[in-house]
Amino acid sequence: MKLFETELKVVNIGLESFRQGLNDAGVKSVQAQFKPPLSTETSLFAKAAKASGRVEKANRKALDRILGAKPALVGMGVALEVIPGMRRDLILHAGPPVTWDRMCGPMRGGIMAALMYEGMAKKPEEAERLAASGKIKYAPCHEHGAVGPMAGIISASMPVFIVKNEAGSNYAYATQNEGLGKVLRYGAYSRDVIERLKWMEKTLYPVLKAAIESLGRIDLKSMVAQALHMGDEVHNRNRAGTSLLYRAIAPAVIKTCPDPETAAKVLEFVNDNDHFFLNLSMALSKASLDAGRGVKDSSVVVAMARNGTDFGVQLSGTGGKWFTGPAEVPDALYFPGYTKADANPDIGDSAITETNGLGGFAIAAAPAIVQFVGGSAADAVNYTMAMYGITAGENNIYKIPYLNFRGTPTGIDVVKVAKTGILPFIDTGVAHKNPGVGQVGAGVLSAPAEPFRKAFEAFARGL
Amino acid sequence: MPIKTTIKKGAYFDSVALMQVAKKLNSVPGVIDSAVVMATKENKSLIKASGLLTAEVERAGENDLAIAVSARTPEAAEAAFNAAEELLNKKPAAASPGSDRKAAGLDDAVASLDGANLAVISVAGRFAGALAADCLDKGLNVVLFSDNVPVETEVALKKEAVKKGLLVMGPDCGTAIINGAPIAFANSVRRGNIGVVAASGTGAQEVTTLISNEGAGISQCLGTGGRDVKAEVGGLTFLQALSMLAKDEATQVILLVSKPPHPSVMKNIAAAVKRIKKPVVAVLLGGEVKEKVKKDFYPARTLEEAAYKAACLGRGLKAAKAKELIYDMNLRAEGLAKKEAAKKKRGRFLRGLFTGGTFVGEAQVVLPEFTGPVLSNAPLDKKYKLKNSVALSGHAVIDLGEDEFTVGRPHPMIDFSLRNKMIVSEAKKPEVSVLLLDLVLGYGANLRPLDDILPPLAEAFKANRELSIVASVTGTEADPQVRSKVVRGLEAAGVLVMPSNAGACRLAGEIIRLAAKR
Repeated sequence: MKLFETELKVVNIGLESFRQGLNDAGVKSVQAQFKPPLSTETSLFAKAAKASGRVEKANRKALDRILGAKPALVGMGVALEVIPGMRRDLILHAGPPVTWDRMCGPMRGGIMAALMYEGMAKKPEEAERLAASGKIKYAPCHEHGAVGPMAGIISASMPVFIVKNEAGSNYAYATQNEGLGKVLRYGAYSRDVIERLKWMEKTLYPVLKAAIESLGRIDLKSMVAQALHMGDEVHNRNRAGTSLLYRAIAPAVIKTCPDPETAAKVLEFVNDNDHFFLNLSMALSKASLDAGRGVKDSSVVVAMARNGTDFGVQLSGTGGKWFTGPAEVPDALYFPGYTKADANPDIGDSAITETNGLGGFAIAAAPAIVQFVGGSAADAVNYTMAMYGITAGENNIYKIPYLNFRGTPTGIDVVKVAKTGILPFIDTGVAHKNPGVGQVGAGVLSAPAEPFRKAFEAFARGL
Repeated sequence: MPIKTTIKKGAYFDSVALMQVAKKLNSVPGVIDSAVVMATKENKSLIKASGLLTAEVERAGENDLAIAVSARTPEAAEAAFNAAEELLNKKPAAASPGSDRKAAGLDDAVASLDGANLAVISVAGRFAGALAADCLDKGLNVVLFSDNVPVETEVALKKEAVKKGLLVMGPDCGTAIINGAPIAFANSVRRGNIGVVAASGTGAQEVTTLISNEGAGISQCLGTGGRDVKAEVGGLTFLQALSMLAKDEATQVILLVSKPPHPSVMKNIAAAVKRIKKPVVAVLLGGEVKEKVKKDFYPARTLEEAAYKAACLGRGLKAAKAKELIYDMNLRAEGLAKKEAAKKKRGRFLRGLFTGGTFVGEAQVVLPEFTGPVLSNAPLDKKYKLKNSVALSGHAVIDLGEDEFTVGRPHPMIDFSLRNKMIVSEAKKPEVSVLLLDLVLGYGANLRPLDDILPPLAEAFKANRELSIVASVTGTEADPQVRSKVVRGLEAAGVLVMPSNAGACRLAGEIIRLAAKR
């Protein structure tokens, strides 16, 4: 039979020493890591296997919609006026739903900053009392078509970008990125934080809004595709994306802004913040993934999001239900003076980029930031390669030069995650666990197992 | 002795990694015994036998890691726990460019090794079945080294494999040699024209090395796993392997190694053998083929006889020539036996301490005609079951690879510590006169066997002036341990080394027989 007449090539799973004999005999082999399945309910795996034809078809449909999405930046507006269901007494936050008493430090700090920014409180103590009083309501950004990095706070008067999926009719919203250091999204609420937010509302927003209106639309999808070729994964590195955006809007800003001084300040602000593009790459991802929601029997993940307490997952085929588990502290590189002991558990909606085949899933495209993943370019490639094992497909637009322009792994399939035990790999910034301090590091982590186990079990039971 | 336990909730570790930890823990001063296991039902029942099943372990779930240590002092137990913590938390070296990349899973592995055609699986049994099924889906043949795979899973896998024209070797397949490459516990043997189908790993190692050392060679050695020839599985892999070897041009002689198959399976095997136009040698340890299968069918009683018959046929000689080889060996053994028997005054009993299960079976085939009844923890005939595997009585041979000894420990072919203890404790018993040992070399086995075994051997000789120690060394010159080096080391220590396990059994038996006559 064939085995005896072809060159033996071995996949070794388990005891690594078994490769010694193969090496000595000149036989090619590869060691495959083994992780146990996430669920011990073997009958559910059998059920999923039996329904695999149906599930694959549904996943194809969901993935086709996600890959077919055409997210474009079409305008800007004020949260209260454009975000569906937005109210004065409502504050949107990152991740799955969470009550004030369970919120982590940075999220509480962000909410306090927002209340002071809105003029609803004058001092931090007052803001804290109001936040806890029950008068303020909280809801996930994700449930209002929005996404926000880190604490992900959106309050009524905050200006937001409007991203439209031009292949469908859904919209996604995100705030303007404040820059690094002491900022609201990391839970800082000092006077300078509020002042910056006010400047962003009064100066940055009208100038950018006018520029975008004069351009009509900006094709974000092709911008991200280009950024990937320029060394971004558009989560922890947004330098290329920000530069491309700058190139697109600069002439329009000059044309539409009556005051050259203001125009210069706005352009400088964008230029000085390498992460300015992050909020757009997130909104683009949200607009794409929302297109894939609601496909019956689809096990494709349409949202991964963290609120600093819980990590939540939503699937295409299980409606608006969140599957959650405790968020973990990232394995990070810390800024001088900080250690893991200072770090808050993982927080932010930015894992929407990974859900969309970007960020950690595309890290092979971003050799410049490999110090986050172990220091060598090969490590980055390995992480991306591993993700192909848990996705329903590959991206048609976002491609990785080093992998001969192979599409990024896209459309996390919760059945594959549960079966292989391979968890999504996420790039992230790290917030200080206390409100008001800000960012203390950046790094990577694997998503926690629990939300994926729960999601798989509920999905399989529903088949 | 107090037993201390810690449970780590939801901490999964590969069983092999855990065994390595357990091995290190046992070497911590003051530690008497330890178990580091996932708290599955099977593991709980197994460590119960070693007295390490505490209430905490009993309560732990199958995704929890249980560490149980019995130590002379609380400090020693503490040291063991600290050592365990350190070993379990050790980070693997980070990958660097150009280094050997570990694939993240099966998909990644198959994508990164173009033309992969065989998977070797040695993960915990409860995960192995699903993994093997995935491998078959990807068109890979499978060597399933893992044990504790349910028989229904085995049957389902093998049926699927037959349908796909793939081979599932195992579960519990310890040895295979495919296209010249040693898989799992296997030796570096000459390539040649003898194809082996073996339902026993040690059996496969013994016949392939004897054949190779005799100047003949192996085309392929396919393992089936011991359960394949039972009624439930129906010899699915055995029959497939037979037919592959029948069609293989490089294979001119076929050698079958097994415990006696279920009669229904035997019938099918015999029918398949009848159709093969190549000479077939068969050893069914503890059973015999009564029917005349075909003209060029050669049954054998021992692994040794089977190996030599196949080697003779492979070299174009008559199978009967094998008898002469064995006769010559016996001639030399007789002289040795006389000399050894002359030393005996008090001791009467033989104790065989084996790491290879099949050798225990072969010992029970060979020994009784010299010594009378032989007891065992793995008896061929239930009548001779040892009541207690640790407190040996009469003539006894024990298999240290049985589950009762191996839970939470590496296989005794890798970790000699348990047998070393028994070598010394048995030697100290005045009624013991002969120790019979096996030493299996090759890939997967202990890479420094002499370093580990010589100290207890010296202690044994010192404790018992009348003692004879007889051993066989299963291996070749091309093995990483180099057979002749190991043999020389043992002989220098006073051990009588024979070329085969059957030969060692005959020598040991003859010593007992002659001593009894005096």
